[in-house]
Amino acid sequence: MQRIGVFVCHCGSNIAATVDVKKVAEMALLEPGVVHAEDYQYMCSEAGQARIQAAIKEKNLTGIVVCSCSPRMHENTFRSAAEKAGLNPYMVEIANIREHCSWIHKDMEEATKKAVILARAAIAKVNLNAPLKPGESLVTKRALVIGGGIAGIQTAIDIADAGYEVDIVEKTPSIGGRMSQLDKTFPTLDCSACILTPKMVEAAAHEKITIYTYSEVEAVSGFVGDFTVDIRKKARYVDSDKCTGCGVCQEKCPSKKSLSEFNRGLNTRSAIYTPFAQAIPNVPVIDTDACIKMKTGKCGICEKVCQAGAIDYQQKDEIVTQKYGAIVVATGFDTIKLDNYDEYAYNQSKDVITSLELERVMNAAGPTKGHLERLSDGKHPKEIVFIQCVGSRCADNRGKSYCSKICCMYTAKHAMLIRDKYPDVNVTVFYIDVRTPGKNFDEFYRRAVEDYGVNYIKGQVGKVIPQPDGKLLVQGADLLDNKQILKEADMVVLATAIEPNPDVRKIATMLTASIDTNNFLTESHAKLRPVESPTAGVFLSGVCQGPKDIPETVAQAGAAAVKAIGLLAKDKLLTNPCTAKSDQLLCNGCSTCANVCPYGAISYEDIEVNDHGIRETRRVAVVNSALCQGCGACTVTCPSGAMDLQGFSNRQIIAEVDAICR
Amino acid sequence: MKYSYYPGCTLKNKAKDLDAYARASALALGFELEEIEDWQCCGGVYPLGTDEIASKLSSVRALNEAKVKGQDLVTLCSACHHVIKRVNDDMKNVDDIRTRANNYMQLEEPYAGETEVLHFLEVLRDKVGFDKLKEKVVNPLKDKKIGAYYGCLLLRPGKVLGFDNPENPTIIEDFIRAIGATPVVYPYRNECCGGYISLKEKEMAKNMCDKIVDSAEGFGAEMLITACPLCMYNLNKSTEGKIPVVYFTELLAEALGVKEEVEI
Repeated sequence: MQRIGVFVCHCGSNIAATVDVKKVAEMALLEPGVVHAEDYQYMCSEAGQARIQAAIKEKNLTGIVVCSCSPRMHENTFRSAAEKAGLNPYMVEIANIREHCSWIHKDMEEATKKAVILARAAIAKVNLNAPLKPGESLVTKRALVIGGGIAGIQTAIDIADAGYEVDIVEKTPSIGGRMSQLDKTFPTLDCSACILTPKMVEAAAHEKITIYTYSEVEAVSGFVGDFTVDIRKKARYVDSDKCTGCGVCQEKCPSKKSLSEFNRGLNTRSAIYTPFAQAIPNVPVIDTDACIKMKTGKCGICEKVCQAGAIDYQQKDEIVTQKYGAIVVATGFDTIKLDNYDEYAYNQSKDVITSLELERVMNAAGPTKGHLERLSDGKHPKEIVFIQCVGSRCADNRGKSYCSKICCMYTAKHAMLIRDKYPDVNVTVFYIDVRTPGKNFDEFYRRAVEDYGVNYIKGQVGKVIPQPDGKLLVQGADLLDNKQILKEADMVVLATAIEPNPDVRKIATMLTASIDTNNFLTESHAKLRPVESPTAGVFLSGVCQGPKDIPETVAQAGAAAVKAIGLLAKDKLLTNPCTAKSDQLLCNGCSTCANVCPYGAISYEDIEVNDHGIRETRRVAVVNSALCQGCGACTVTCPSGAMDLQGFSNRQIIAEVDAICR
Repeated sequence: MKYSYYPGCTLKNKAKDLDAYARASALALGFELEEIEDWQCCGGVYPLGTDEIASKLSSVRALNEAKVKGQDLVTLCSACHHVIKRVNDDMKNVDDIRTRANNYMQLEEPYAGETEVLHFLEVLRDKVGFDKLKEKVVNPLKDKKIGAYYGCLLLRPGKVLGFDNPENPTIIEDFIRAIGATPVVYPYRNECCGGYISLKEKEMAKNMCDKIVDSAEGFGAEMLITACPLCMYNLNKSTEGKIPVVYFTELLAEALGVKEEVEI
């Protein structure tokens, strides 16, 4: 028989205001096995933990129940407190009477009744608990960073600086990401490439960093500390070791009509290309859809002109398999498609562009060599209208419900830069709200309005109307003046909502990392674990977790690196002992459990059994406890009841249900 | 192929041609519009009040008659189509309206939005197919630059009408191409003509239509086509004969070579 202690927490008034904590303690004392019960204001405090430890020692407790907040909050706190007092930590159970009870109920009597029931269930479980001992697994001292934008680059540099090997896997032919497409950065207006390229070079030159560009993660298996990842290195058709990056192949390539991804389709590139001048690595790739040699077999000009003999039309995709201790996801974002927003005439007029396209137009290496001009006729615009929140903060399901966070600031930046360089251009911004929280951000926006004379109008635009003469008519509302506005413009710029890179779904599935309804990766705790995914060993860096600007991305990238380093610094990890176990006497080797196991933790072996004097060989399931994550899928699917989860056995669960129904 | 057909009041008076050309064209294309019996006026305006049941009943009667015959219900006038389509959506999806309308109707079997409502243009696009229509054209209307005028009733609310993309529709342009003419895309083609406001504030309706006509002309349209008698009325006040405004069915009949047979 267990000797159980029950500890009821007030959590200040969080629990005590709705639940009669004294009554819960009193009622608990009546339960079988309970020899001690008390309540206290903050059980998680040092004094509270000391009370638990004292009771364990004085009353020789063999198990305890803490009635408090969610186990996600303090299970570890109480387990280690118990361990220090000599109790096996798996003899501790939490009855969640805060999130599951006091916070969601108003009536004290009813809430108290429920708290007593929850305590009773936990007591019933502890009565059947057995001490468990965690196993150990080794940590591979190498990290994988998925995505080579500023988030991934910063994370990789920080991990590498701490002395660990890091691999960056980047889908496109070069690292650099979205930041490499930007012209200037707010609020200091420094040139994006000027601050990014040194980081790119640092990552490329770092002896601890290996960069796989034009590569994708193909498969992930294993678990925290011991992931195995297959990386597909797509064929570049150019030998990276031989190529000198001279660029002659790109000049001579006769197929020059492919839209440049880097310039957002505003101009064209050759079939063999590096996305931009500062690309790392400076090794081109061949776009097989556009390459004449690949399509017709005739051409081969790049091969002829290449002095280094680097062109290799026979190159094949290559799979690299590597082991990692930690994985950081830094897959970034893209702007949304504007198909649901035809009222802004984006698909009808070349002079309606997105803000990211404007970055390329403003950039000296962009399609207009940095001259501000209309893409339809190359004329210098006199009137430019910016429309904010295109697809952001959308109440219906056409766009995104969230604020994209960066648009107010980059729109102010664009408006200011245009007014500065071209004082003859009038700039109008339509906005719902201007949101500028951030260091020196509001001052920046006010400069746009006060010093640069940008005309901000509070109100949304209903329609952009292309005129027969090529101008655009912007029909909107001025909510402060209560007026309809019809404004003629030469160019319209849409602050288009951002969304996570579409490929992130695939990656999240491979990592069993959770994702929210907007495809952003979910953090483990919104406030306290913002860079950890709920999947152990997987960390989040940059916009894949939620909209953010460059300074925030870099800060989060560093934070994700620190968490990864903290993991890699350990030689061994304790494994969760709450794993499945098969009873060989009951198992008939039917394979049902192996079919549902998401972690591939179940295999089969033949054993000799003596069944009532008959010796026979039988096939039975065996669980690899290093791989088992304790999800319990096998225990519910097993038709003969042979599979059981340690710490959550069928008997324990039924005992809990019985206690609740009693 | 037979469809139940709801012509509506205007098509029996001012807009007889819209109706007559449609029937003749339908036969030439191999389907028949079977006018339902004892139809009543749709009311002309969809009643937005959720407790307003009586004025929805004429639509429910028409819809139920098509259901009993096991046919889709075809409409032609934009206003009728709008009202009937939205009432049908209510009958399918709004419990309260369905229950109360059926309490009035006392049908043998309650009506719950089973009938599919199709605008004549949707029949051409989805049932006949514009490719097939093109094959049946004997008199392609070459050299005609035509601006499609959609108005608002066919397109909005987009989710209920499900007719086309309300911000950038293409169905009438595709129709124009099918009969051999050249469509002129202009941005005001889905803006409101003012509708019934022309009864009360003539100037306002004229202003609204002037924008539409100017925009269409500016982009090179030599003719406007519409499916709506009220739009046609308002547009004609604005164009004052400068550019013709005709029903799309008239051009259809002309392209199919059956226009001369039609007596109005």
